[in-house]
Amino acid sequence: MNQYYKLQEEFFVDMQRCIGCKACEAACAECETNGHEPMIHVNYVNRAVTIQTTVQVCMHCDDPICANVCPADAITKDEFGIVHTANTSRCIGCSNCVMACPFGVPKKVEEYDLMMKCNMCYDRTSVGKKPMCATVCPSGALFFGTREQMEKLRPNSSPVNKFIFGMETVTTKVNIMLPKGTEVLKVF
Amino acid sequence: MAKLPVESEKIIAQFGPSLNFPSREPLECRDEPDKVVETHCCFCGMQCGIKLLAKNNKVVGFEPWMEFPFNEGRLCPKGVLRYMQNNHTDRLTSPIKNTPGVGFVPISWEEAMDNIISEIKRIQSQYGNDAFSMLSGVSLTNEKSYMIGKFARTALKTKNLDYNGRLCMVSAGAGNKKAFGLDRSSNNYQDLEKAEVIIVTGANVSETFPTLTHWIWKARDNGAKLIVVDPRVIPLARTADIHLDIRPGTDSALFGAILNYMIRHDMVDHDFIDYFTSGFEDAKDAVKDYTLEWAEEITGAKKEKIEEAAKLWGKASTSFLLHARGIEHHTKGVENVLSCINIVLASGRIGKPYCGYGTITGQGNGQGGREHGHKCDQLPGNRDIENPEHRKYISKVWGIEESELPGKGLSAYEIIEAIHRGEIKGLISICFNPLVSLPNSNYVREALEKLEFYIGIDFFLSETLRHANIVLPGSLHEEEEGTVTTAEGRVVRIRKAVDPPKNARTDTEIILEIAKRLGAGDKFSFSSSEDIFNELRVASKGGTADYYGITYEKIEKNMGVFWPCPELDHPGTPRLWEDKKFRTPDGKAHFNPVKYHSSMDPVDDEYPVILTTGRVVSQYLSGSQTRRIGKLVQQYAEPLLEIHPKLAAQFGIRQNEEVVVTTKRGSAIFPANIVETIREDTVFVPYHWPGKKSVNQLTSGHLDPISKIPEFKVSACSLQPTGKIVEVNKFSETYKSS
Repeated sequence: MNQYYKLQEEFFVDMQRCIGCKACEAACAECETNGHEPMIHVNYVNRAVTIQTTVQVCMHCDDPICANVCPADAITKDEFGIVHTANTSRCIGCSNCVMACPFGVPKKVEEYDLMMKCNMCYDRTSVGKKPMCATVCPSGALFFGTREQMEKLRPNSSPVNKFIFGMETVTTKVNIMLPKGTEVLKVF
Repeated sequence: MAKLPVESEKIIAQFGPSLNFPSREPLECRDEPDKVVETHCCFCGMQCGIKLLAKNNKVVGFEPWMEFPFNEGRLCPKGVLRYMQNNHTDRLTSPIKNTPGVGFVPISWEEAMDNIISEIKRIQSQYGNDAFSMLSGVSLTNEKSYMIGKFARTALKTKNLDYNGRLCMVSAGAGNKKAFGLDRSSNNYQDLEKAEVIIVTGANVSETFPTLTHWIWKARDNGAKLIVVDPRVIPLARTADIHLDIRPGTDSALFGAILNYMIRHDMVDHDFIDYFTSGFEDAKDAVKDYTLEWAEEITGAKKEKIEEAAKLWGKASTSFLLHARGIEHHTKGVENVLSCINIVLASGRIGKPYCGYGTITGQGNGQGGREHGHKCDQLPGNRDIENPEHRKYISKVWGIEESELPGKGLSAYEIIEAIHRGEIKGLISICFNPLVSLPNSNYVREALEKLEFYIGIDFFLSETLRHANIVLPGSLHEEEEGTVTTAEGRVVRIRKAVDPPKNARTDTEIILEIAKRLGAGDKFSFSSSEDIFNELRVASKGGTADYYGITYEKIEKNMGVFWPCPELDHPGTPRLWEDKKFRTPDGKAHFNPVKYHSSMDPVDDEYPVILTTGRVVSQYLSGSQTRRIGKLVQQYAEPLLEIHPKLAAQFGIRQNEEVVVTTKRGSAIFPANIVETIREDTVFVPYHWPGKKSVNQLTSGHLDPISKIPEFKVSACSLQPTGKIVEVNKFSETYKSS
């Protein structure tokens, strides 16, 4: 097992801090393994009424639906809990994963006939660095560190990694920061 | 005459702007760079630390610099993509000559220099030395800023040198000098961390200084209350505890009313006011009638919200007030700044931990650049060019007679006006794009066309430089050693990553060569940037901006040193005024009476809407660099008219409909973006674009009488929908609009 990977460090997303600057997208797209496409996405919620943006990164589900529905076995989860982007030699570009993901993360890149998604900067995290998006984020909307650090830094928020979509409960490696005391996010 | 040699489309085809995208092929060289250079971003006043990766004399990428204390690796999209300005097809790599009917033709350095020197001499002998002017920029390092100040006064021998900081920090500088006798942010940003109340006014922090957002949130995590004053719901205002959406141009009314409220409710620090300040009674008297009701009427913000803000500020035990161009770009810019300082002084919360005040300097070296002498009224060390003692000291350092040292010259916009009047005939510009950044751009263009000879020094051919007779290819930020001073007053090291390509030269080499050929070689015998810095240290010694105790070695060892640092064993001054010894003649901090008055271009029946301008996160200033970086261009491809749905309905304007915006200066067309995040009486257009897409065709040349800053933030306009709905997309070619 890779000894450099810091298992105790987790990824936290704090939407209230997102300023929509897209530094994360720009930094993610610097990665050559993505073909210079960002694997993280910043979008306006509804620009006509608010400046609020959301930032969506792969949540790295404990039981990844994208992998479960893949007919070609192209998506795998590794020993660190990272759900990897589609294996290029296996992916058949069917888009099952794109439709199945509850968070809308995988994107099929038509140019390559391939599903691409975030692998939490495996090239960086596997050598003890932080993912690029969470390194550059200027507002702290993205943070990579230990749970203890986060609790100390953000006393008014709680990390949540349990999401209920109708009848289905999904737990993830990535946390969303919500008001203090929140334990689960219900999405109807 | 400084006219375009051929139509602009032909010039654009050759010199851009064109868009630089990362290669889609894997760049293996990134894994094994020749050099990893710890330096700083070339853009705003935050001066974030960044590591540049260089291979084969090209900057091929970046890596976050986690150890630099201000940003710890954090960056904005401009910082991430800053490396794309290097190795760009638009880069000037040879001197070029304006050849009518042909275009810009490459010439040798020898021919360029001969031509330049003979034209400078011709114009100066015919019309006098001051008829040749110089416009400079504060993207330049401290070393280059200092050298240009010395060059203009001792080699070009003109008084007419000014700089693009005139559009940036001059109102704040003048206000700070009046109140404190010194021009620097009073605190470093660590003092935000435990401030109980933070006021951010006229500063779109999250788009213009994105990495500062982190420090504000740090305070909020510790329980700070955030008050944001802005006519728009900017990203920082969205989550603020109080957002005061005041009418553009009414800042001093708001802060006057807050001061009055503090006084009436005894929320002032009497001891601090009595012992350490002067002028309180006059300032108090000036605002005695400024009630909350009056403030609501003038500013348009609800009086309950103003009262809540005044109470929060009045009762706090620690606080930080930050402002930027939003309050400074006015004909009363200095007064607006003073109205903010008055509420800081009344609170007594300065010169103590977590008690801060400061302007957020806009440009990369806006702080250091304005201290060391390319400002028309200033000499190194933030000295006054009209003060006999200051003149004597600098003349001695420069080895000239005091009588040879020119006096105060014209400010940037006044230089353009003097060119227009025919009084100034020649111009050298470096790192300044006035055709996009100055107000009333059609007037600026007419002025440029009247120049008898115009010399440009830059790395890209900006819109302004298309008018130049000769353009010399200068250097990028990453091609020279030096220092800059950040918005916090921290002097940091800029390190060279690569050499200028092909036949381009460093700015320093170019200035030294021109100085030598003008017969001033003996004063410009510098052998390195550090050599220039060492002379700057001596020149600044004893001034308010004293750098004498700062050395390259000390900066590198400490990741920056805060001035003033008068002695070699001095640690620097991250927080000013802990000793309560202000740098005014009487040693006290000065209150100044501030009466509210309206802007110079008020709305009326013909022009019923307020037009205000600003920036977007993916572009920087006149766009001369960022309009050439593909992904930054695609992020916000063209200027949109932000307008509230109620105002849009009033004029029958639809989403994405092109709208003619007209002021007393002219008209321009922008697609409407109908959003509820702006006041109902105000429209907003960002200013980074040139030609027909420049909102500065519409802004006015009304200047603040003290700081000479133009009133970009308030113009009266009318709106006329065209009926044409357009598609706004990332493939727009507006970045090269002419």
